[in-house]
Amino acid sequence: MRRANRKDEQELANDGLTYPDTEYFCKTRPVPVGPQFKAMEAVRNWARANSLAVQAFGTGCGAVELRPLMTARYDAYRYGITGSPTPRQSCVFVIGGYASVKTLKRIVVSYEQMQNPKFVVALGSCTVNGGMYWDSYNTINRIDHYIPVDLYVSGCMPRPEALLAGFVKLKELIKAGKCEGANRYIENLDWYKANQKRVIKNWNMPDYNW
Amino acid sequence: MKELFERLQALFAVTDFHQQRADLGFLSIPKDHAEMLIRHLRDHEGFTHLVFFTAVDYIEDGVFRLVYMLHNYGTKDTLGVHVDISRENATMTSIHELWEQAGLYQRELKEMFGIDFPGSPRLDEDFLLEGWDEIPPMRREFDTRAYAEATFFPREGRTKSDPRTHMREQLYPDPDQE
Repeated sequence: MRRANRKDEQELANDGLTYPDTEYFCKTRPVPVGPQFKAMEAVRNWARANSLAVQAFGTGCGAVELRPLMTARYDAYRYGITGSPTPRQSCVFVIGGYASVKTLKRIVVSYEQMQNPKFVVALGSCTVNGGMYWDSYNTINRIDHYIPVDLYVSGCMPRPEALLAGFVKLKELIKAGKCEGANRYIENLDWYKANQKRVIKNWNMPDYNW
Repeated sequence: MKELFERLQALFAVTDFHQQRADLGFLSIPKDHAEMLIRHLRDHEGFTHLVFFTAVDYIEDGVFRLVYMLHNYGTKDTLGVHVDISRENATMTSIHELWEQAGLYQRELKEMFGIDFPGSPRLDEDFLLEGWDEIPPMRREFDTRAYAEATFFPREGRTKSDPRTHMREQLYPDPDQE
């Protein structure tokens, strides 16, 4: 992974903030994080894959599929998947179906507040191409234009089994070192920000929510 | 419910009574008398519950039809009050003093249809659409599909088929068989 050169590192504009808030948020641009020790990376990825903490943020109707996952019937704990209450304590963000523009703003805030390593699972056809809400005035079509997606689970709605299969696949991808969505987001931050600001008209938050 | 309508007719300029079910009726009233009628229904006829309050866009007639749905717990009757207001300069008397929750419906109507309710609390705050700068999206002249295609990066390659022709091709590939 490339570490951004000190010289070409620009500051974030933070245009949306007004006076008291401008003092509370820093303008430093986030940098991609590479492996600390190359030799250890396989072991670390194995460890990451086996302790997935899913953020408790239900967006859209897919959120109802997350609840049965934690119950005895589907029991996601078998796979080392657990829930976590806040963005900062979690590493998997499940986008549960359609995202309205109002929700997208909260998705961006929560996603940026999550600590590395972080992975995004997009659930349902609404996240792929808008699904049945593809011509709605308030529902975004492709979630991967706003935050990076590591894995899609298609269907409307996917059954909990499909989501479990998705988690198994996600673990394979993590172990193979292919879940670099967080770094992709930082490297293409300007593109993602331009897309986000195009739909979120009242941008009144910092350009990166540390 | 017919008796109720006759009682109301003596007092208000109510018209177009239409009974859809034994316990569900609709009537129309001009805009200026609507609030008085609704207040009368609540205080003297037992229609104490505001079920919902919404609008329908009749763009052909140039009106928004407001629908006040009221329920009487004593007789289990539901009465819909229709009020037509002009689409241009759409303004209506607020009923948030009769039911506090009507303020929330009025915020929604202001945002989705652009109908103004002077005096209603927090009317200009964003409700669902944050920072919306187009015409209100539930107005029928708003082209939601064109807006979505211009704004939300539609995925290429999305095709749409008419279910009727699609199924006919699937079931009867040979047109002569039909």
